[in-house]
Amino acid sequence: MDFISILSIFVMACFVGYYVVWSVTPALHTPLMAVTNAVSSVIIVGALIASAAAGSATSKYLGLLAVVLASVNIFGGFAVTQRMLAMYKKKERPAAPVSGK
Amino acid sequence: MEHMAPVNPWVALAYLVAGVCFILALRGLSSPATSQRGNRLGMIGMTIAVVTTVMTHLNVGVWEIVVAIAIGGAIGLITARRIAMTDMPQLVAAFHSLVGLAAVLVGVAAYLNPIAFGIGEMVIPLIGDPFVVIHQVSRVEMGLGVAIGAITFSGSVIAFLKLNGNMSGAPIMLPGRHVINLAVLAAILGLIGYFVTDQSGWVFWTVTILSFVIGFLLIIPIGGADMPVVVSMLNSYSGWAAAAMGFTLHNSAMIITGALVGSSGAILSYIMCRAMNRSFISVIAGGFGAAPEAGGGSAKVDRPWKRGSAEDAAFLMQQAEQVIIVPGYGMAVAQAQHALREMGDKLKEAGVRVKYAIHPVAGRMPGHMNVLLAEANVPYDEVFELEDINSEFAQTDVAFVIGANDVTNPAAKTDKTSPIYGMPVLDVEKAKTVLFIKRSMGGVGYAGVDNDVFYMDNTMMLLADAKKMVEEIVKSLD
Repeated sequence: MDFISILSIFVMACFVGYYVVWSVTPALHTPLMAVTNAVSSVIIVGALIASAAAGSATSKYLGLLAVVLASVNIFGGFAVTQRMLAMYKKKERPAAPVSGK
Repeated sequence: MEHMAPVNPWVALAYLVAGVCFILALRGLSSPATSQRGNRLGMIGMTIAVVTTVMTHLNVGVWEIVVAIAIGGAIGLITARRIAMTDMPQLVAAFHSLVGLAAVLVGVAAYLNPIAFGIGEMVIPLIGDPFVVIHQVSRVEMGLGVAIGAITFSGSVIAFLKLNGNMSGAPIMLPGRHVINLAVLAAILGLIGYFVTDQSGWVFWTVTILSFVIGFLLIIPIGGADMPVVVSMLNSYSGWAAAAMGFTLHNSAMIITGALVGSSGAILSYIMCRAMNRSFISVIAGGFGAAPEAGGGSAKVDRPWKRGSAEDAAFLMQQAEQVIIVPGYGMAVAQAQHALREMGDKLKEAGVRVKYAIHPVAGRMPGHMNVLLAEANVPYDEVFELEDINSEFAQTDVAFVIGANDVTNPAAKTDKTSPIYGMPVLDVEKAKTVLFIKRSMGGVGYAGVDNDVFYMDNTMMLLADAKKMVEEIVKSLD
């Protein structure tokens, strides 16, 4: 991929992010932070490349350490988000109309 | 000029799918009903990204990687299970710091072993030893990634210490800090520019160290009440760090995710700033709430106010048609959310309509109060945002303020000299009666301003620990 293609993906993703995040209900802003935290740990991809690569032992161990840190975030982030989301319940009124916000 | 190893199109496709899963994960949060499915899509996306990477780099050390993931995963899961909901801001800050540090480590690893990352190539000169040249574009991307990662790390560590109470929440002001900060920032950018022409170690390491320092310097002058903005801002940085690393590695999953997270944090910061009617720059400059009692000290001592008891409060609310509860950070500190829900249940049994009104900056992070109320089993359709409920106070019998202060202060609407002037506030004073739980009459809110609501004829102050007071009210409601 050349730089311009990558830049295009980036710019488009910023726009997608902008519209998607504005549609998030304020009540879920804390889970939003927790889940964005978990997904930004996709940086683990870089850590995995470093730890699987031959050539530099230091680089490899730094990579492994980064894998540990990113894993804390991935598992912790998704789990805590799941825990929070499971708490959001509607009124116990069967067939209540969906009231948006 | 690009020298990436030939990329298998299936691999690129897999990363793209992972990126789309992350978009859908955030999209799911538009409503609590779809949010859990969204979160599962996020997990699927992450699994795809990790498995794809491991499969394509299967040459050595898979066991080491599995062990590393297992260690990290176990720590993460245990933390996520044990953490109290009131401590969520600290946890998020701690997690941000890990993303930042991971970005720095990946950046350092890439600098030390550029060929493995496909960002450099071996040059074998006619005379002398072979050496590795890193692509110039990659140097900028790497420099930015490491710098943002380091700022995220040290900034988040300070935010964590402040939120966790290991460090005073009060702003710490260094003399000449604006000059120092701007100089350090300029030095970092200048060095990243210089890095293009000279890839030597000292440039790289100086950028890294200066970035750690600036993260620290940026956050220490920011006070506790501005933490929602800080936490959102660091959230944004962690995204930009991931995106910069994605540029370095030409990885679409990282770029898409980084952009999503970056915009998400930026939007949250904007929403928080707007809810305080402050500019982002003034929050970053810090120092808000540093000088309490600024002049207002004499006026508030002699003003008459009414004190009520738990029985009075219970009686008033039982007679009411509608009660609006306004929770704030004090409720979180006192862990009063469960007692509060019990009170709400009792009132509902007595035929009172109960609603909750949430100010966007109530608490220490965006949506903090909503999570605590959800934890206490308050149905989310009883919880309303400021703009949706503010007009209702005028037709409400009792406004019950628990642990909030500045967000109810009418001075924000009337007093142009007040530091919080212009901030959108909840119009609690329009209710027939205001019940205001507060620990004592001495303290003022974080903004350091006195609240006129305390002294109004229709206000009854309930002076006690929030949780104890609510429990007593629950008893009196029987």
